[in-house]
Amino acid sequence: MRTVKLKSTMALSLLASAVIGATASSSALAEDTIKVGVLHSLSGTMAISETTLKDTMLMLIDEQNKKGGVLGQQLEAVVVDPASDWPLFAEKARELIEKEGVAVTFGAWTSVSRKSVLPVLEELNSPMFYPVQYEGEESSKNVYYTGAAPNQQAIPAVDYLMNDIGAERWVLAGTDYVYPRTTNKILEAYLMDKGVAAEDILINYTPFGHSDWQSIVSEIKTFGSAGKKTAVVSTVNGDANVPFYKELANQGVSAEDIPVIAFSVGEEELSGFDTSPLVGHLAAWNYFMSVEADENDEFIDAWQEFLGDEERVTNDPMEAHYIGFNMWVKAVEKAGTTDADAVQEAIIGVSVPNLSGGYSTMMPNHHITKPVLIGEIQEDGQFDIVWETSGLVAGDAWSDFLPDSKDLISDWRAPLSCGNYNVVTATCSGQNF
Amino acid sequence: MLFLLAIAMGSFGSSASANESNELIQTLAADLSGKNKAAKLAAIESIVNSDSERKGSWLQGLLEGDLYVVKESGEVVFATKNGKLYDLVSAVDGSEREALKKRALRKISINNAIRKDLKSQIGLLAIENPDDSKRLEAVKQLSDSVDEQSLERIRALRSKESSPDVKQAMDLLLYTSDLKIGTQEQKISALDFAEGKLDIELINALRVVEEQDSDPVLVARAKELLTIAEEKRAWYSRAEQLFFGISLGSVLVVAAIGLAITFGVMGVINMAHGELIMLGAYTTWFIQQIFPGAVNYSLLMAVPAAFLVSGTAGVLIERTVIRHLYGRPLETLLATFGISLLLQQLVRTVVSPQNVAVINPTWMSGSWVVNPALSLSLNRLVIIGFCLLVFALLVIIFTRTSYGLQMRAVAQNRQMAKAMGIRSARVDAMSFGLGSGVAGIAGVALSQLGNVGPNLGQSYIIDSFMVVVFGGVGNLWGTLVAGMSLGIANKLLEPWAGAVLAKIVVLVGLILFIQNRPRGLFPPRGRAVED
Repeated sequence: MRTVKLKSTMALSLLASAVIGATASSSALAEDTIKVGVLHSLSGTMAISETTLKDTMLMLIDEQNKKGGVLGQQLEAVVVDPASDWPLFAEKARELIEKEGVAVTFGAWTSVSRKSVLPVLEELNSPMFYPVQYEGEESSKNVYYTGAAPNQQAIPAVDYLMNDIGAERWVLAGTDYVYPRTTNKILEAYLMDKGVAAEDILINYTPFGHSDWQSIVSEIKTFGSAGKKTAVVSTVNGDANVPFYKELANQGVSAEDIPVIAFSVGEEELSGFDTSPLVGHLAAWNYFMSVEADENDEFIDAWQEFLGDEERVTNDPMEAHYIGFNMWVKAVEKAGTTDADAVQEAIIGVSVPNLSGGYSTMMPNHHITKPVLIGEIQEDGQFDIVWETSGLVAGDAWSDFLPDSKDLISDWRAPLSCGNYNVVTATCSGQNF
Repeated sequence: MLFLLAIAMGSFGSSASANESNELIQTLAADLSGKNKAAKLAAIESIVNSDSERKGSWLQGLLEGDLYVVKESGEVVFATKNGKLYDLVSAVDGSEREALKKRALRKISINNAIRKDLKSQIGLLAIENPDDSKRLEAVKQLSDSVDEQSLERIRALRSKESSPDVKQAMDLLLYTSDLKIGTQEQKISALDFAEGKLDIELINALRVVEEQDSDPVLVARAKELLTIAEEKRAWYSRAEQLFFGISLGSVLVVAAIGLAITFGVMGVINMAHGELIMLGAYTTWFIQQIFPGAVNYSLLMAVPAAFLVSGTAGVLIERTVIRHLYGRPLETLLATFGISLLLQQLVRTVVSPQNVAVINPTWMSGSWVVNPALSLSLNRLVIIGFCLLVFALLVIIFTRTSYGLQMRAVAQNRQMAKAMGIRSARVDAMSFGLGSGVAGIAGVALSQLGNVGPNLGQSYIIDSFMVVVFGGVGNLWGTLVAGMSLGIANKLLEPWAGAVLAKIVVLVGLILFIQNRPRGLFPPRGRAVED
C-alpha cells in the first residue's frame, strides 16, 4: 500500500512539474492557446439543462478572445460529452486534463456527477468550476462552487415564507436523492430551531421523474386545510415539476392558498411548461433574467445574439458560469500563469461583477458571495422579484444546522489549507473533499 | 426622482382633465411600483375608496399584471405584448401611447399577499353585479379575508339575493364567521346550518367552537357534528383514493396497450415502444404549434395525426429491422433499444433537448366538484374515458374483424396461417403498425399529464412491460386488469408507505407473483402455447 502511495505522489509531482514546464514553455510561443475544458452532458437525461451551459461557456470564451484572450494567448474550448453517465464524467475529466491538457474545467450539474469527477481533479490537481446550487457539506481544494450553497438559497427562502407570507405549517417535498435529502435535513433542523412543532412539518420524497402526484397533492391539501398558513418548499427535481404543478392547479390549490417555493425551477425549465397554472408560485435563486441591471441587459443581448434566437432565456447556473469564468480570467491575470496552485492562491478574494448589479467575491472556502432573490412566476415564464436580501450572502460549505458539520469550517488559504477543519478539536480530517 | 417628477406631472395634468379622480393612479405611481408593501396596500385602498369610474379596470390591471410605469416619463399605462414591443394605453384617460420595448417599462408588480387582497377588493366591488355567476365568484373570492364591515354588507345583500347558488355561498361565509365570532344565538343557528355540511372552512370553524367555546351545550353539539363530518370525509377520501388508483391504472393501460399488441400478440420485445409514445406526444405539440388559436380542438386533431405518425414509424421499423429478426428475441431487444436511443437523439437534435410546452385545453383543466370533500380532476376523468374507448376499439378489431382473425392466426401458428393463404408478412407489418399507432395515441393522452421531452418514453417503458407481463402475454383483457390492479394497489399503498416505498412494494409483489405464475394473470391456453 505504502509503495503505491509513494509511487502516485511521485507521479503527481512529476506531472505537476511537467504542467509547470508546459505552461512556462507555452508562454514563449505566442501562437499557443490556453485550453478550457467544458464538461457538460450533451445527450441523455441531463442534456435538457446542461446543453445551455455548454453554449454559455462557448460564448464567454468567444467574447474573451475578442478582447484579446488571457495573458496574450487565445482561449480554446475543448467540449466533451459525458452523456449524463456519472462514471463517464470521471473518464472524460481525465481525458480533458491528461490528454487535452486543459488549464481549467467548467462542468457538471448533478451532485453525483461532481462527486464522480472529484477524485480525478484531486489526483491531477486541476481546477473545476461547478455552477449549480447544491447541498453543501463539501469543500474541495480543486473545485470552485459558484452555485448556491443551502444558506444562499434554502434558508433565505424559508425566512421569506416565515416572515413575509406568515407560513406556520411546512411541507418539504423533494425527489429522493442526496440534494433534497440533505437540504431538507438542514431545513428541518432550522425550522425546529425557529420553534416550529414537529407535527407542523411534513416531509415527502418521490422517485425521479415521478408523474402521478394525485395522492401527494391531496395530502398537501389536507395538511394545509387545518387553518394555519401552509407553504411547500420544493426540492423536486426538474422533470417531475410539470406534473406536480399541473396537479396542484387541477385540485384547485392556488399560490395564494398554499404557495410552493422551488429551488430547481428556473427560466429554462419554465420555457418547457405551460405556465398558466403556476402563476404566483415562487422560486429562490441568486439571479433572475428579469433583474434590472445594465450588466444583465448586456449579457442577455450577447446571449441571444450568440445563439441567433431572440426568445432564448437566461438562468441562474448561466450567471454562475459567467461569474466563475471571469473570476478565473482575473485570477490567471493576477497570477501571470495558468498553473493550478498559483491560480488557486490568486483567486481567493477576487471580485468580479455579477449580473444583478453588484460584485461577487471568491471566499477562502471556494464558495462565492451572492445576493439571494425570490421571484414569483409570471404568465410569460419570467419571474417577478418580490424580495431580496439586503446584502450579499457568503456561501457556507458546512451547514451550521447539522450536528455533523456545525463545527467544521473550510479555509484554503495558507497556513490552514483545509476543506474541513474542525474548530472544536482543531484538526483537519485530512480528507480532501 | 422620477416618481416625484411623475407626481408633479400628474398634478399639472389634472387641471386639464375632465375627471380629476382619474388622475389618482398617476399620483399613486410611486407607492404602487415601490418596494414597500404597506405603501402598496394603502395605495390600493385609496383606489378602492376613490370615486373614479376607472378604478375597476385599474384593480383588474394590477391583478393581471398589465399595469406598467414608463421609465422615462413616469406615466402609468396598461401594456399588452405585441410582438417585440408593448402596446401602451394611458391608465388615466385610455388614450393610446407610442409602443415601447420592455426595458423602457417598469412593471407594477404585486405579490401573493397583495394579490389576495386585490381579489377580495375586486370581489367586494363585484358583489352587486347583476350577473349571477360574477356574483357567485365574488362571494367565493371573499371567503377567508373579510372584515366586519363587508360581512354586514353581505348580510344585508343576503336577504335580497335571488340566486340559490349565491345564497348558499353567502350563507356559508356568514355562518362560518358566526361560528367564530358570533353571538350565542347566531352560533346556535350556525350549528344547525353546519349539520351535514362538509366544507373545510365550516369544519375548521366547528373546531374553534369545540376548543374555545364556554357553553358546554354548544361544545357538545359541535363535537357531535364534527364526528359525523369527519366520518363522512373519511369515506370520501377513500373514494378519492380509489379514483386516484383507477386514474393511475388507466395511464398504465393507455401506455401499455400498444405494447400488448407488439409484444403480447406478436412476441416482439420492442424497446422503442416508449419512443413511439414520445412521437405521439410531439405530434400533439406540433399540431398545437400549427393551430395556435385552436387549443380546445387541436387535441382531437392530434389523435389521428399521432396514430399516423407513430404507426408509419412502426411499419418502417418493422419492415427495415424487425422482420429480419423474428424468432431471435435477444437481437430484437438490442436492435429496438438502439432504435429507441436513435429516436431520442433525433428529437434532441431536430427539435431541442429542452422539453416543449403542450397546453392543456380548457375542457381538461380544473376539476368536477362532486361535493366539498370530493372533487375529481377533469383531465384524469377524460383519460380514464379515453383509455376505455381505445381498449373497446381494439377488442372489437381483434375479435370482430377479419384482420383481427388473421393476426391471431399468424401469432398462433405462422406456418399454418400461411398455408391457409394469409399473407403473413403483410399482417406482421400491419399489426406492428397498429401497436405503434396506439402507442402514438397514448402519447397524446400522456402529453396532458406530464412533460413532453426526449426522455418521455423512458419513463413509461418499464411500466408498460410490467403491465403486459403481469396481465399475461397475448391477452388484451389481461392488460386492462393488470394495469388497473397495479394502479389501485400503488395508490392504496402510497398514503402510508410513501411514493418510493409503495413502488418498491408493488414491484416485489409482482416478482413473487410472476415466480408462481410465469404466464401472468390470464395465461394463454391451447396447443399454440406449447412451442
